[in-house]
Amino acid sequence: MSVLEKIPVREQDPKIRAANFEEVCYGYNQEEATAEAIRCINCKNAKCISGCPVGINIPAFIQEIKKGEIEAAYRIIADASALPAVCGRVCPQESQCEGKCIRGIKGDAVSIGKLERFVADWAMEHGICASPSAEKKGKKVAVVGAGPAGLTCAGDLAKMGYDVTIFEALHQPGGVLLYGIPEFRLPKDKIVKKEIENVQKLGVKIECNVVVGRSVTIDQLLSEEGFEAVFIGSGAGLPKFMGIPGESANGVFSANEYLTRNNLMKAFRDDYDTPIVRGKKVAVVGGGNVAMDAARTALRLGAETHIVYRRSEAELPARLEEIHHAKEEGVVFDLLTNPTEILTDEKGNVTGMTCVRMELGEPDASGRRRPQVIPGSEFTMELDTVIMALGTSPNPLISSTTEGLDVNKWKCIVAREENGETSKEGVYAGGDAVTGAATVILAMGAGKAAAKGIDEYLSSK
Amino acid sequence: MYKIVKRRMLTENTCLMDVVAPRVAAYCQPGQFLIVKMDETAERIPLTICDYDREAGTVTIVFQVIGASTMRMLTLQEGDSFLDVVGPLGRASELIGEADETRRMKKILFVAGGVGAAPVYPQVKWLKEHGVEADVVVGAKTKDLLILEDEMRAVAGNLYLTTDDGSYVRKGMVTDVVKDLVVQQGHHYDVCIAIGPMIMMKFVCLLTKELGIPTVVSLNPIMVDGTGMCGACRVTVGGHVKFACVDGPEFDGHQVDFNQAMMRQNIYKTEEGRAKLALEEGETHHGGCGHCE
Ligand SMILES: Cc1cc2nc3c(=O)[nH]c(=O)nc-3n(C[C@H](O)[C@H](O)[C@H](O)COP(=O)(O)OP(=O)(O)OC[C@H]3O[C@@H](n4cnc5c(N)ncnc54)[C@H](O)[C@@H]3O)c2cc1C
Ligand SMILES: Cc1cc2nc3c(=O)[nH]c(=O)nc-3n(C[C@H](O)[C@H](O)[C@H](O)COP(=O)(O)OP(=O)(O)OC[C@H]3O[C@@H](n4cnc5c(N)ncnc54)[C@H](O)[C@@H]3O)c2cc1C
Ligand code: SF4
Ligand code: SF4
Ligand code: FES
Repeated sequence: MSVLEKIPVREQDPKIRAANFEEVCYGYNQEEATAEAIRCINCKNAKCISGCPVGINIPAFIQEIKKGEIEAAYRIIADASALPAVCGRVCPQESQCEGKCIRGIKGDAVSIGKLERFVADWAMEHGICASPSAEKKGKKVAVVGAGPAGLTCAGDLAKMGYDVTIFEALHQPGGVLLYGIPEFRLPKDKIVKKEIENVQKLGVKIECNVVVGRSVTIDQLLSEEGFEAVFIGSGAGLPKFMGIPGESANGVFSANEYLTRNNLMKAFRDDYDTPIVRGKKVAVVGGGNVAMDAARTALRLGAETHIVYRRSEAELPARLEEIHHAKEEGVVFDLLTNPTEILTDEKGNVTGMTCVRMELGEPDASGRRRPQVIPGSEFTMELDTVIMALGTSPNPLISSTTEGLDVNKWKCIVAREENGETSKEGVYAGGDAVTGAATVILAMGAGKAAAKGIDEYLSSK
Repeated sequence: MYKIVKRRMLTENTCLMDVVAPRVAAYCQPGQFLIVKMDETAERIPLTICDYDREAGTVTIVFQVIGASTMRMLTLQEGDSFLDVVGPLGRASELIGEADETRRMKKILFVAGGVGAAPVYPQVKWLKEHGVEADVVVGAKTKDLLILEDEMRAVAGNLYLTTDDGSYVRKGMVTDVVKDLVVQQGHHYDVCIAIGPMIMMKFVCLLTKELGIPTVVSLNPIMVDGTGMCGACRVTVGGHVKFACVDGPEFDGHQVDFNQAMMRQNIYKTEEGRAKLALEEGETHHGGCGHCE
């Protein structure tokens, strides 16, 4: 095999996996990882590092794989990342680390994500994790939300010796890693639970079933419960709808509801009580990771599944790997198509969706070519289920119940990028709650920066 | 774990429980609800907070068995625990936020249907503690289904009871009583708060609109998270889509699209009906409902 090509990764056969919820990608074994690691030329000025939002020393950990020193490789990754088994699986590598890799200029980029996953899984299997701080600071910090931002911030603060409690609204920690991203992409018991246990081993306490803003407010945490600083990592959980006629019909779901029922509440398993509508023909509106996840979930529950997206393939915001996998599994892509109305029968059940065809015009503010309706192109798709995956925005529950916490016009909390500082003293924020829906690794990066910010604040107090 | 310290059957299929949930008990207000999950495989079930004891850290819930999950909840006994309880959720009743003087000037009428008496109770009790005696109408299908009569009598101004079949006090629907009070007896009310089955709230609203009484209802759509994350609870109020769990559960009843709300409650009806059948009939069920193999 040419050194220009990456070592292929073993995957579950598309026909078989389209009907189960087991993980799609098996990852590298040691032999494959070593062979792939050898492709890295250990660049002096390693561009890949600048593509990683948390700045993992990529060539250094890859060199350790070459030598067979997997534990050493893990320590290098763990210096910069709290959830490597997750990031190796879900980072959009093609636009981050691998997008910058020199190998990618002529041939395939080094499979950095797969290598990172290999190292993290190996460490997990061998029970290796970061160690707690010996020295306690005797100061309490509260973290709101047990998603990637909150978990990272909590883990880092615990390592520095702070007494950290995470307050999570749902009945289990993990945030989107748990309720959003499906089992077949990110196994819950094998990976997510283990990563969370590692954070708990650092001494972090997690209290579930606490909705900050309702069960307790930020001000009460600070004034009544003895916390000296608070980090808000509450994500961007509020789903958007299109506002077209018929959207409240039975059979129209937000991707959040559909995925939560299936992932957090395990509707796909017979031994759980949660009901879910198993559609016969499902349209998922949107083109991001959320849309791919919803479509592939509906497919696994037995439906003929379509992605309906108003731009063309090149603009699909989802990770390349997910688009590729979705196609292999048989998801149909109806591109340059936009819904205008959802049709129902007299009982209010979805029977179809009227759409128009689109074409791409001049680039808009985001630099992507603006989709325009082709006049007279209206047509109807017959369907029984529609899933809206149009993006999410931050939930105003916390900002509206916290005195003096500034938000911008999208209801995102205003926080300084370098240290997470908000307009309110002692309160820090990061992740999707600040940026709007983004990525796991960016949320982690923000959690890290805020942990440093909080440490500086509390050290100087 | 959230321990059940008291359990009492109010009717054959309505159960009251006091549950230890200190965070919920600490700050909850009338009008708010909580979500319980009995064990790992259970659904998340929203229930109104019917009473609370801030010192003891307990909250009271009253639930009616209507489907597979509520039936399974009935198996919990005193000393058992819910795996999860989260709350308080939703907004507090609007009356709570008003200035004392404004509130004291008002004549308030509560209308409760069936298990709706449970969520009405904490509001009436709270008002009594704040110097307001509200009139309360409680209706039930039949005498045996009437709940919290003594509790309600202790806190209400006038209590009017009615049963659909006439098995207790009087025969008729709650709407008949309201019409009687306002039209025949000439009572004046500044606001009506109606809580019960969707269909009852719909008809109370049609009547109070005619009578010109502003009316608040507490909606109980299907929910998952209860924090604004899933949109399952969306209802149309005044032409706008609202999430009942964060924007409600109380809304201006004259603005609510009840027909849509009732339709949406039926989403899982067939699935859940099957689950209930399977539960009742156990292993003998297979093939029974005609849907499963
Ligand atoms: C279906 C789906 C697929 C995705 N796929 C990818 C992918 O492949 N790659 C990628 O990089 N990114 C992906 N993302 C995006 C990524 O998951 C998010 O950007 C990331 O999880 C944000 O992390 P966070 O910690 O800021 O927030 P979240 O993960 O949203 O966590 C926030 C947590 O806070 C809790 N919370 C909210 N409000 C409160 C409150 N008031 N009190 C207490 N707790 C509260 C929530 O319950 C939640 O657990 C995907 C997102 C979705 C929905
Ligand atoms: C804010 C809120 C407060 C509530 N307070 C109370 C309360 O104090 N006491 C109480 O007994 N119930 C209350 N409910 C209703 C309660 O949550 C439902 O009865 C319960 O979820 C039904 O669960 P199940 O699995 O047993 O029934 P299912 O099998 O899910 O449902 C059986 C039938 O009931 C209908 N149904 C489903 N969900 C609901 C629902 N949420 N409300 C009404 N009908 C439904 C369906 O059409 C279905 O056919 C409340 C609901 C909400 C949203
Ligand atoms: S964390 Fe993500 S971006 Fe950074 S090296 Fe790993 S896969 Fe690449
Ligand atoms: S850019 Fe590519 S080849 Fe160079 S160090 Fe990074 S991973 Fe290795
Ligand atoms: S229950 Fe999920 S948004 Fe209201």
